[in-house]
Amino acid sequence: MVEHSDIRVVHRGGSKLNFREPLITSDSRFLLCASGQCVKVFSTSTEECIHDLRGHTDLVTGVLPKPSNHLQVYSCSADGTVRLWDYTDGILIKTYVIGYPIYSMYVSANHEGVIFIVTPMQSDKRSELFQLVAVDLPQSADQLVEARELSAVLSDVSSNPAASAFGRGGEYIVSAKPLQLEVYFFKKHKSYRFPLKADNKKGGKNTFTCVACHPKDDCVATGHEDGKIRLWRNFNHKKEYTYSTLHWHHNAVSSLCFTPEGTNLLSGGVESVLVQWRYKQESQRDFLPRLGAAITHITVSPDGALFCTSHSDNKITIIQSCVKVSAVIQGLVKGESVRTDFMVDPRSKAMVLNGKPGHLQFYSLQRDKLLYNLDIVQQEYIHELGLQQFEVVKAAFSASGNWLATVEERKQKDAELELHLKLWAFEQQTQSFVLNTTISAPHESWITALCFGLAADSQTTVLVSTSKDGHFKAWQLDARAHTDDEGPAWSCDFVGAYHGLVPERCCFSADGSLLAISFQEVVTVWTPASWELLTTLSQPPGAIRDLCFGQLSCSKYLLGTTAGNLLCCWNLLTCSLEWSTSMDVSLLLADPLSENMAAFCCQAGCTDLFVFKPSEPRPAFSHKAVCSGRVTRAVFAPREKMLESCEEGCQWLNHSQLYFLTQYMDLMTFSTKAEEDRLMASSKQLVIDDSVAMTPFYLLLGKHRQQQQENEDALSSLSAERTALPKGSAAIRELLQTPAHVLPSTSLLCSMFVQSLLISVTDSREEKEHAENEPESEKEEEDSEEEMESSTLRPKQPPL
Amino acid sequence: MASFKPTKIQVYPKLGEKVTQDTLYWKNYKAPVQIKEFGAITNIDFSPVAPHNYSVTAFTRIHIYGPFSQEPVKTFTRFKDSAYCGRFRSDGQLLVAGCEDSVVRLFDVSGKVALRLFKGHTKAVHVTDFISDRYQVLTGSDDYTCRLWDIPNATELTTYQEHTDYIRCGVTSKLNSDLFVTGSYDHTVKLFDARVDKSVITMDHGHPVESVLLYPSEGLLVSAGGRYVKVWDLLKGGQALVSLKNHHKTVTCLCLSSNGQRLLSASLDRHVKVYNTTNYKVVHNFDYPASILSLALAPDDESIVVGMTNSILSIKHRKSSEESKEISSKQRRRPSYRVFVKGKNYMPKQDDYLVSKPVKQHLTKYDKQLKKFNVSKALDTALETWTRMRKPEITVAVMKELERRGTLKNALAGRDEQGLSHLLNFLIGNLADPRFAPVLVTATEAILDIYQSVIGQSAVVDRQLLRLQELLEKEADYQQDLLEVLGMLDTIFASSLPRKEVPCSGVSRSNGLAQGEASASGPQLQAT
Repeated sequence: MVEHSDIRVVHRGGSKLNFREPLITSDSRFLLCASGQCVKVFSTSTEECIHDLRGHTDLVTGVLPKPSNHLQVYSCSADGTVRLWDYTDGILIKTYVIGYPIYSMYVSANHEGVIFIVTPMQSDKRSELFQLVAVDLPQSADQLVEARELSAVLSDVSSNPAASAFGRGGEYIVSAKPLQLEVYFFKKHKSYRFPLKADNKKGGKNTFTCVACHPKDDCVATGHEDGKIRLWRNFNHKKEYTYSTLHWHHNAVSSLCFTPEGTNLLSGGVESVLVQWRYKQESQRDFLPRLGAAITHITVSPDGALFCTSHSDNKITIIQSCVKVSAVIQGLVKGESVRTDFMVDPRSKAMVLNGKPGHLQFYSLQRDKLLYNLDIVQQEYIHELGLQQFEVVKAAFSASGNWLATVEERKQKDAELELHLKLWAFEQQTQSFVLNTTISAPHESWITALCFGLAADSQTTVLVSTSKDGHFKAWQLDARAHTDDEGPAWSCDFVGAYHGLVPERCCFSADGSLLAISFQEVVTVWTPASWELLTTLSQPPGAIRDLCFGQLSCSKYLLGTTAGNLLCCWNLLTCSLEWSTSMDVSLLLADPLSENMAAFCCQAGCTDLFVFKPSEPRPAFSHKAVCSGRVTRAVFAPREKMLESCEEGCQWLNHSQLYFLTQYMDLMTFSTKAEEDRLMASSKQLVIDDSVAMTPFYLLLGKHRQQQQENEDALSSLSAERTALPKGSAAIRELLQTPAHVLPSTSLLCSMFVQSLLISVTDSREEKEHAENEPESEKEEEDSEEEMESSTLRPKQPPL
Repeated sequence: MASFKPTKIQVYPKLGEKVTQDTLYWKNYKAPVQIKEFGAITNIDFSPVAPHNYSVTAFTRIHIYGPFSQEPVKTFTRFKDSAYCGRFRSDGQLLVAGCEDSVVRLFDVSGKVALRLFKGHTKAVHVTDFISDRYQVLTGSDDYTCRLWDIPNATELTTYQEHTDYIRCGVTSKLNSDLFVTGSYDHTVKLFDARVDKSVITMDHGHPVESVLLYPSEGLLVSAGGRYVKVWDLLKGGQALVSLKNHHKTVTCLCLSSNGQRLLSASLDRHVKVYNTTNYKVVHNFDYPASILSLALAPDDESIVVGMTNSILSIKHRKSSEESKEISSKQRRRPSYRVFVKGKNYMPKQDDYLVSKPVKQHLTKYDKQLKKFNVSKALDTALETWTRMRKPEITVAVMKELERRGTLKNALAGRDEQGLSHLLNFLIGNLADPRFAPVLVTATEAILDIYQSVIGQSAVVDRQLLRLQELLEKEADYQQDLLEVLGMLDTIFASSLPRKEVPCSGVSRSNGLAQGEASASGPQLQAT
């Protein structure tokens, strides 16, 4: 077993977008949000990710604008640094090393050069106590600065960034603890505390959940666990403070935000309704219901034109101030658990798994973007805590991608299990899946596995579902038993059982002629043509955990893993065990495009990967300690373009890429060094086109400029000789495209620039000849180049 | 943002009649035109030539109607008593009719006065028809005889005295000028050949025969009498093929559709049934307001004409293809369609700025309440009488939705006596329905939990609760019976099916052991 150092485990997208409050830039064109270890910059109008600000080595815990320069932002991270970025170009300007993990950060215009961070109490790093610390950012020209001037402001604060806020542009800071509101005035160096009782008379919970300060007035809004919002006034007195209560939410208020002018207060919670309260006329409210999932953060752009809400389903919604949704930025929805297997849609090559409650999400792996959500349950989602909802638990695609089968279930206490098996047909016209058949209660108990296969005549598909009730059922598209007003529907073709044992896994062979179903310790092999039991295989002890047929030339092999830590390979021609080895395989899967199989083995809290061919029991590739914990979800995703790697160890990556989900819901993949370099290069090519805002002024001037340009073009084409300026000169391009502040001194550049302008005589003649001979073809080439560039720039429309 | 998703109403397999090609065909008639005649309409006959006028025999008159006229185009009134069986000749020019006064009259369709009078019967003549050579007339009478008459000189040719009761129906062969069939109240149907002096075939119908009909091929004969319609094979010498009993009163009239594929029978039970002539299953059914005495189909099934005992003639015309389309499109239009369409067909010019208006989503009443989280009101709307009676699946779906939202108890609670009795009524009606049981059982349990404190306060509710209890006990017994039957069937099947050996189980074991890699214990599980 050779360790292949050039194949590495890479983090591949799908990280959280809703971890912290997003930030809308002052011109409302960009939205910045912390996403894993980087900060993502999105366009607010096109929803596209423009670039990532990479540099932090741990979770980014906050993004805030620099008050003195609206083109720069601070980001803080759990790695103990605060970084200053130029977000338009994606350049790291400065790194301030604090040295303690930072959980949240606050800045204010009143406190120039000071940021406030929340760090754990220094006495004990693992303690649950946090303090608010002011950090003086030293003025220095260096890139890396150590900020050591810390002064504690408040102790025992919450690590939740929503629980503290600056008021009146930084005159005071408000911090909420579970049952106490603390206001600290910077001028007086004095703090006031306002405690609340744990429960009020009606049994509501008074715990503070979030705080927001009015930008103009001395007013603090606090959200509470029981859904109440309290507006505190007069809090610069210990005794004479007052508060009024607003109540609309029925669950905890998770976020509060005032608009920049202070005319409106926005609040949101589990109900996923954005509520807009008029300040001082609180009986007037506007609602924006059905935002999809619980609201976790609300932000308002500095000019008040855009609101933006983060949702628990890893989504950011951008809302215009007239309470209309204008854009949705959706990340990979991972929820609490991934119930369905990972699948790859054979048509769109998107990864498919269950997403929002009752939905199946189609996620493009190449572009790290959610393509769309398919509503499976088709019921109004009730946003209420503790309510049992329908969930998509199983899904399967037919080989051609024409059919999709889904299973949804809901289990309530002391009620029967509700199960629905739904079959979706792909419709060419709308390019989406359309519900064809709903089968309520297809089985009496939970469905354990679901798989599609080709039927005996290899024309129609057959679906096999196995259930805990001890039966497996075959479903077929039935063209007979229906009238002409409806299309063909699916119906049960065969019900099978084996000695009352519970079937766990099922798998079709590559050509669809055999069906293997595992019943605890026994593997039964059936022929779908006549539904006859052909043979049984077993390798006790231990129930079968995973079952998989070999692909392509290895289709005569059936592989199974048992709970008794065995990986067995049966030869179906001889019905005998070909080989077996002892390993605790947590997941076994076959690459549909090659003979390779991947086995994730759990060993001592870590997962190892073995890639092998069923024909020889020696791994083609192995990777120790891929990640910690068990890997239970993985998928082979076919590549868009085949790799041509000759190295023996990397050949298994040629056809498809292996993606897997770690214990902590991180989506990882394996990639080679060369491939990564290529990716990096291509991402650098993706420069943002300088999209100028479409103002009337631009329309006027832009048209004029275009015309001018055209004229120039015409001129230049007339005098081809004169345009001998080396357009492609790297020096000029570098000079023009790199921002000024990162360039070396002008004196250095000058000579280089002038040199680049000089044209050697021979060169020019050659070029002249060239231009004379085939000026048209050259132009064409240029054109085609431009086209190619534009096509790479433009994102391909997802095939919906 | 995402709009409200309405409650999903589960579609259950339909238990009622299916929409078939036949229902579509036979439903494609307009609303009937009704014409009041002077008495019970005993016979209707279509002229075989275009424009296919039809004669209607009622009381002492015979009216001839045009295909679309509501007024008779011609009337024959020269009868002393009730006229019977006005029939056209195959060229549509002559009409023959019997009469209560035993005289058979022959009319020219264009004239008024009878051309010939055939006298000789001694009692009322109920059956008249032209022989297919067009020069002879067949009559059948209550004096038990049937006779053949020569038209040119109005003389009697033959008399057959084989029936022993009234002859009330008869038909002549269209293909052979010598054959005719008569049916009599003596329960027999007889086939006569004019070339011999007696009947050729006698068939016993078993009931007084009211109507006979020959298939176009004339190989099959249909007779109706009592509640039965019977089909006989003439080529096999009068062997009975099928006996149909689909009416619950006497069948009075028979008729074939123009293509010969469907047989229609009309009865005193006010129904017309349509049979498929290949499998003799009823494919469609018409209801009429009174007992039907006569029935006729226009050529190409253009109209169905039915005469009833209450002297009403009902004519249904087939919808033309455009009409049927138009009507369906009209139904889609609302009365205020023009208001909706106003300005919709305006084509925007190039520089126009389009302000799009959101399409308003139409929600049903209960969905509107559900959207507002008014759970009790939602259940109230779903329990409205019409919905509760006609569409219980809607009520059940709303209950299911409430249960999913965890608010079923809230919705069920707080009802007064009337509301509760509505609810209980609904449960009593639908609880035993296997389609609804899973939802309704939880609802019933919740109701019993909520209202157990008020039991005994209202007589109405108590009675309903008792009924519910009875229902449940009955259902439990029934289920137990079913399980017993299932158990019996299982034993029968188990003993009748041969036990199948599964191959290869032994092979896998031996190989597994031979490899030496299997665990020491070896596989214990074996397929048997």
